[in-house]
Amino acid sequence: MADLVIIGNGVAGTTVARHVRKHSDRDITIISSESRHFYSRPALMYLYMGHMKYDNIKPYEDWFWEKNRLDLMFDYVRHIDTDNKKLTLANTADLHYNQLVLATGSKSNYFGWPGQNLQGVQGLYSLQDLELMEDNTREAREAVVIGGGLIGIEMAEMLLTRGIKVTFLVREDRYWGNVLRREEGELIGRHVAEHHVDLRLATELDAILGDDGGRVRAIRTKSGEEIPCQFVGLTAGVHPNIDLVRDSSIQHGRGIRVNTHLETNVPDVFACGDCAEIIEGDAERGRIEPLWYTGKMQAEALAQTLVGKRTEYDRGIWFNSAKFFDIEYHTYGFVAAEPRDCEETFYWEHPDGKQCMRLVYHRDDGRLIGMNSFGIRYRHRVFERWLAENRTVAYVLTHLNEANFDPEFFKRFEREMVAAYNQTAKTPIQLKRRKVLGIF
Amino acid sequence: MRHLDLSLQLIPERAHATLDGLQKLGLGGVSIGLLLLVVSVMSGSTVQAGTGFGLVVFGALAYIVQTRNDGPPGIKNNFIMFSSIMSRGYLAWMAAVFMTGFYIILYFYPQHLKPLVVLVNPLQVWLSGSSAWDANGNMSQWFLYGFIYTVTILVMGVRALIKYRHSRYQILRTLSVMFFQLAFAFTIPNVLAKFNNGLYFEWANIWPLRYYELFPYSVEGLISSGGLGKFMLFWAVFSILILTPVLTYFFGKRWYCSWVCGCGGLAETLGDPFRQNSDKSLRAWKVERWMIHSVLVLVVVTTGLMWANHLYGGEILGTWSGRFSSGYGFLIHSIFAGVIGTGFYPVMGSRVWCRFGCPMAAVLGILQRFFSRFRITTNGGQCISCGNCSTYCEMGIDVRWYAQRGENIVRASCVGCGMCSAVCPRGVLNLENGPMNNRTGFQV
Repeated sequence: MADLVIIGNGVAGTTVARHVRKHSDRDITIISSESRHFYSRPALMYLYMGHMKYDNIKPYEDWFWEKNRLDLMFDYVRHIDTDNKKLTLANTADLHYNQLVLATGSKSNYFGWPGQNLQGVQGLYSLQDLELMEDNTREAREAVVIGGGLIGIEMAEMLLTRGIKVTFLVREDRYWGNVLRREEGELIGRHVAEHHVDLRLATELDAILGDDGGRVRAIRTKSGEEIPCQFVGLTAGVHPNIDLVRDSSIQHGRGIRVNTHLETNVPDVFACGDCAEIIEGDAERGRIEPLWYTGKMQAEALAQTLVGKRTEYDRGIWFNSAKFFDIEYHTYGFVAAEPRDCEETFYWEHPDGKQCMRLVYHRDDGRLIGMNSFGIRYRHRVFERWLAENRTVAYVLTHLNEANFDPEFFKRFEREMVAAYNQTAKTPIQLKRRKVLGIF
Repeated sequence: MRHLDLSLQLIPERAHATLDGLQKLGLGGVSIGLLLLVVSVMSGSTVQAGTGFGLVVFGALAYIVQTRNDGPPGIKNNFIMFSSIMSRGYLAWMAAVFMTGFYIILYFYPQHLKPLVVLVNPLQVWLSGSSAWDANGNMSQWFLYGFIYTVTILVMGVRALIKYRHSRYQILRTLSVMFFQLAFAFTIPNVLAKFNNGLYFEWANIWPLRYYELFPYSVEGLISSGGLGKFMLFWAVFSILILTPVLTYFFGKRWYCSWVCGCGGLAETLGDPFRQNSDKSLRAWKVERWMIHSVLVLVVVTTGLMWANHLYGGEILGTWSGRFSSGYGFLIHSIFAGVIGTGFYPVMGSRVWCRFGCPMAAVLGILQRFFSRFRITTNGGQCISCGNCSTYCEMGIDVRWYAQRGENIVRASCVGCGMCSAVCPRGVLNLENGPMNNRTGFQV
């Protein structure tokens, strides 16, 4: 018998546990069949590249869990019996719970491509995937990565460190075309090429071809070209891992269906993180947020509910960040992949092609809608405040120095941005200068 | 079910061959050079020593210069954790034994370094006006040590400059430690000694790091050495009482530890490949706080006792006075700072001395923790808990612990090297000076 049981020890499950512990004395059990302890999923690439060891990517030392009385079970849940509030496990006796949190994460997308089950073909999501990738790439000299998103570019970077030649197939006409605008996508495309990745835009996978031993030997594109390879990375996104709820009474669509309080249709059963499909009101389809940050924020909201303060999940002002080889990316607010009618955009790019900045704002009154920055760090809290205060693009550019988060002595570009803005602006603006030592 | 936590030590079977011809040649030169140096210690041959030293320096430079071809500028920590030398493999232990051995010879058997002393003596005579051999024929190895130390910082400084060429903070900081070592720690003290009857004073080496600087005999020596000597004494007192608190208030302890200090300079250059080996555990932090503050207390008590003894005409300590200061010098300075602090770089990381032993770091740390505008700022909620910051923190600070809860980092031990900010893949960390109130920026 356990009071609160959490299935999944990723960032969502772990954050629920930590925050419930912070505010209450409840018995907490976390079950995972992936790893004994919480580790940082986005850091998997650094294990493969040799930047870190497994111990380094565990955010808490191993004594942390016992000290905070968080019981860890390294086991696999086979079945949830919501009527009797009971879990069936692979290796241990049945476990009864009072409340249950599902934080089962995602699974890699396999879109039924011919040959997707050949040896040497895989996605990258879990620790087990990484071990498989280590195995699969031992003999590989050429690899093809399919899917122009975040995991794809990270996989390309990983493979290059092992001296493997990478061909990167992207369905859209630019990198990450369903998120990035043309200029940004092309900037990253050029940077990827600079790292000697063979980037194939507007190219779709037709089939993966195997040899007699069942190993991959090549892929064929829709235009009929064959690219020889000994490894194929399938990185065309992820989908919620809902295997566990399929034969239970917990409602599920694309993900585990929850309301904005992260409650499922079954009392005392909740879901958060990648696996949750959040339905607002009576909507047919909900939204799925397979992101580290949203997983963490959902978990924080849910933890409040679990300690008696029923709290709605409010994701606040959107933000995200990533790193493409050497170029960092931040986005605050909302920048749609394709321009919309109601908005104008300001875009500045450094001639070297390693930095750029986009501000999207309302056409009628200039209010900021969102920003993308590449190769320059900007402060999250400052942009969040500007967006909440409905600041205009002119205000934002005038005060841009305040938001710069680059290390000391780094070259600053705000002056150039303002100059570029003034070239077309009706009323020119002047950049507010930085204080010397932050004081004078 | 497999026990993944144990099996997940990924080691690629086939290391990606990244060495070009010049690099192989350079590494060959370094190996032969080291061998020749060892042989020269036994044979006493100056030719062997000179050839060996030259091969090590130019071999290392040849290797280092070619690392600029490793692709576009950016963080490249690839393969560090698979590397034997950088990740506590057998090469690391061999290097640790070699470096420890060097320090043991340097401190306790300097006569074996005679061939090298002979080699650099002309430079010593030219620069400082005095020979390594005094009138009685006793050899001093300390100019040689200063020379090797400086060359090491310069050569490995080039390595750091190339590796971190994408970061202007890292470039300027590296140039700064190279400059302060070459000018203030090596050249200027020697040249001043030449024109002032051998009056030797290290301007950038502040008490209590240079523990004997404010001992009675040093102070009296300076007072009796004319105007320059008096200025040196003024500087010694001024630098710890005024300069240190003021600069630390504005910039944190980094102005000294990672921009000026010679020990820091060696750690940031020679020690940089080993920075990831520092212990990040909570236990290590506890040990650190006890040890470093104990050393500070010890040096203050030693200095105080020496003065009390001096004022009472030697009645308090009697014959123990000399033993007390030389005891501190032996245990703390030779064994701790030298043999363990530097010799164990490859095993315990590059800042063992700075973290666990340096009394100056303890003073700066107290100032930084309570009276400074410096902090490492966390950029909103964007931490992905990856651990690069903690892994590459040479002071063993678990930076991620703070970053992942959106808390700024205000820690006594942070030397402000800026590496956490450089390796962060989400641009979360930044070294900043700002208002004192709510420095941690943490809302509970």
